[in-house]
Amino acid sequence: MYGMGILRGMGVVIKHFVDSYLDDIRWLGSRYYNPEALKVRQGPKGQGIFTVQYPEERLVTPEEFRFIPFLIYEEKPDGTREDRCTSCGICAKVCPPQCIWIERTNDPKTNRPIPAPKQFYIDIDICMNCGFCAEFCPFDAIKMDHDFELASYDRTTEHIFDKARLDRPVSYYASIRPTNYAREEKARAEEEAKKAAKAAARSAAPAAGGAATPAAKPAAARPAPAAKPAAPKAEAPAEKKNDAPSEAPKE
Amino acid sequence: MAVAPAPSVTELKLDQEFSGDVTPDGRKAYSGYAVKPEKLVEVATALRDRYGFNYLSSATAVDYLEPGQMEMVYNFYNINAGGPAIMLKAQTPRDSAVLPSLTGVFPGADFQEREAWDLYGIKFTGHPNLRRILMWEGFHGHPMRKDWKEAYFEEDGKPFDARWPGGEVYRSEENNPFGHNVVYPEGFTLEGWHEESERDIYSVLPTGTESTEAGLQSDLVTVNLGPQHPSTHGVFRIVVTLDGETIVKLEPVMGYLHRNHEKIGERNTFIQNIPFTDRLDYLSSMCNNHGYVLAVEKLQAAKVPERAEYIRVLMDELTRICNHLWAIGFLLNDLGAFFTPALYLIKERELILDVFEAVAGSRMMCNYMRFGGVARDIPDDAYAKIKELVLERLPRAIDEMEAYLTHNEIIKARCVGVGILSPQDAIAYSTAGPMLRASGIPYDVRKAEPYGIYDRFDFNVAVTYTGDIYDRYYVRVIEMRESLKILQQCIRDMPGGEIQAGKSQYQARVPAGEAYSRVENPKGELGYYVISNGKANPYRYHIRAPSFINLTPFGKICVGHKVADVVAILGSIDIVLGEVDR
Repeated sequence: MYGMGILRGMGVVIKHFVDSYLDDIRWLGSRYYNPEALKVRQGPKGQGIFTVQYPEERLVTPEEFRFIPFLIYEEKPDGTREDRCTSCGICAKVCPPQCIWIERTNDPKTNRPIPAPKQFYIDIDICMNCGFCAEFCPFDAIKMDHDFELASYDRTTEHIFDKARLDRPVSYYASIRPTNYAREEKARAEEEAKKAAKAAARSAAPAAGGAATPAAKPAAARPAPAAKPAAPKAEAPAEKKNDAPSEAPKE
Repeated sequence: MAVAPAPSVTELKLDQEFSGDVTPDGRKAYSGYAVKPEKLVEVATALRDRYGFNYLSSATAVDYLEPGQMEMVYNFYNINAGGPAIMLKAQTPRDSAVLPSLTGVFPGADFQEREAWDLYGIKFTGHPNLRRILMWEGFHGHPMRKDWKEAYFEEDGKPFDARWPGGEVYRSEENNPFGHNVVYPEGFTLEGWHEESERDIYSVLPTGTESTEAGLQSDLVTVNLGPQHPSTHGVFRIVVTLDGETIVKLEPVMGYLHRNHEKIGERNTFIQNIPFTDRLDYLSSMCNNHGYVLAVEKLQAAKVPERAEYIRVLMDELTRICNHLWAIGFLLNDLGAFFTPALYLIKERELILDVFEAVAGSRMMCNYMRFGGVARDIPDDAYAKIKELVLERLPRAIDEMEAYLTHNEIIKARCVGVGILSPQDAIAYSTAGPMLRASGIPYDVRKAEPYGIYDRFDFNVAVTYTGDIYDRYYVRVIEMRESLKILQQCIRDMPGGEIQAGKSQYQARVPAGEAYSRVENPKGELGYYVISNGKANPYRYHIRAPSFINLTPFGKICVGHKVADVVAILGSIDIVLGEVDR
């Protein structure tokens, strides 16, 4: 009969309409502003109204979400910062829109490059959030952020991030990407253990006069990935998870 | 469809069939045949009529600066038997580049030759409408030529020297955009210059008075739809000449979103192009990634681990569903069912985008595939979500959508019999994807020339037979169901193991040579033609964009319909301007 298709279609609309009320009733008033409900509402079992009340309600950001890179520094026990970045320039070379500028530090006496950046700029208007810099950094020194609310009043002055703006402590990284962090720390600890074992084997070998010196050198040349912070930091993600996201991103 | 591996390509020796006129391309790691320009039309006609290569998929130019030659590269396929391409190449001197047009034999060459004229400056004799297509009329120079330099030009290839180790930051807009690149044509004065681009567009449209059936004398009226018009899905412009409300002639105007993607691609290193491909058809970035990495993997002869292949298929098919949900939703918008159907479908799409975000880090600009694998493994929670979506939610969602739309009488009244593209025209105009299959041609790259591991899956090629808007809608519904079938098999067989062969290198080593890869994108056949000369940047990087080429018959199928139908027909073609304009 002519018109049946339309009627059936309208049935679907009515179903959606009724569903949105049924789902409200199902949650007994706790459907909104409730993280547990949000997970269900936005998941494959979600029914009823699908939208969220941003900014009061926010979608859960998955760990792999990437937006604008940041630089990681280690916090030393004495309160000083140590950059993981060695200014090797791989991120600047792989960057597709070429939005990374790195100024390398030269030793004032010998005038030879030191593995630490003097300045580090990212033009976030140009950045396309591809994540290559984080993916190919051999020192895990640059990572992609989760903070996407970067609106500002003047793009010409505020959208070139310098090193001070990009720097974040390693604990912040551990808080936004716990599994990535744990995996990297584990790999680093393993590498250090392997290196230590190799060094031990070499120094144990007979007739090896100065074996200890060459073994110690590579560790010194790569300042960031030291074995020392690895052990205590391994527990960091679990405890940092609760408090860090709210306070860490803003400076 | 009959998937007999086409025996003809390996057995067909064109150089023997046309001795003297056609020779095998002898350059190292190149394939195909070189043909004498004056014999091009003859050979192409014979390919179509005698050997069954009736589908001109891609035609593009390459600028060989060193020997001073321009080369047109044509890919012909046998659409009935499937199988690999026959590649024909015709060379012409750079300074006076002239080649015969193939539009007489293959009307699908129309836009592609116009693009080659626009970007490379090759004149095609016999082309009926050889105007610029992406740049505006009056633009000086041909921007894809190797010696043409763009605004804010820095260097020929990335990485740029300014970035490291000096690192002196500056904003590019602080510089004069054209710096020292400004070249004025000889004798150019601002006073003597007249804006001519519009005149050229209108010059191809008829004017005058027509008498209607009722005997009324009425003027033909020219109307612009777009570039700022909600029905055009972006910045696409349609200039129509109307007799009353009936279309007499329609001329698509594009290029408003042109950013010379290919030129950027030739400045980039190989790996830097992967995130740029996301921005072509930004609704199906996973598939775009796949096509590009396939082309480079062909050059590298790289092997991809089993698990990575399965993940790629998983992502491709999710993308296809995503894209078709969007396309159908917005087709309904174009028909006037404003946003209720679209939002029901976007809701399902959103769930798939959540998966992409968890896996790749971004909802739309996925940048997920790498040469020899994929960027990262699927997290467990995301995989559980994929399973639930594929096995439970999406099949039901598609059923519900069908209940909502398929038998709706208003949709049928608007769609059935409107914008019919005949099967002959569909082939001749080089259309691809759902548009080709809706006209009754069961041609799908996944079956015709399987890439990746598509030969392992059991699925049918979606096909409908009328070629009208309704069939273009329905073929997408069938395709989504077939995609679900593939996804279910994919989940069933998903192996463990590595996701990347070796370590992903930030400087991909790509041996010299040429490669053409094609994948079945949701919108049609997406081809990448990549030439490497052994350096860090590709020498040539061309995209056979399905949205762009699917527009070739747009003018023809609209004639005789009403203005409101034009909007619906365009919606059923399903274009994305990021890909049309590149």
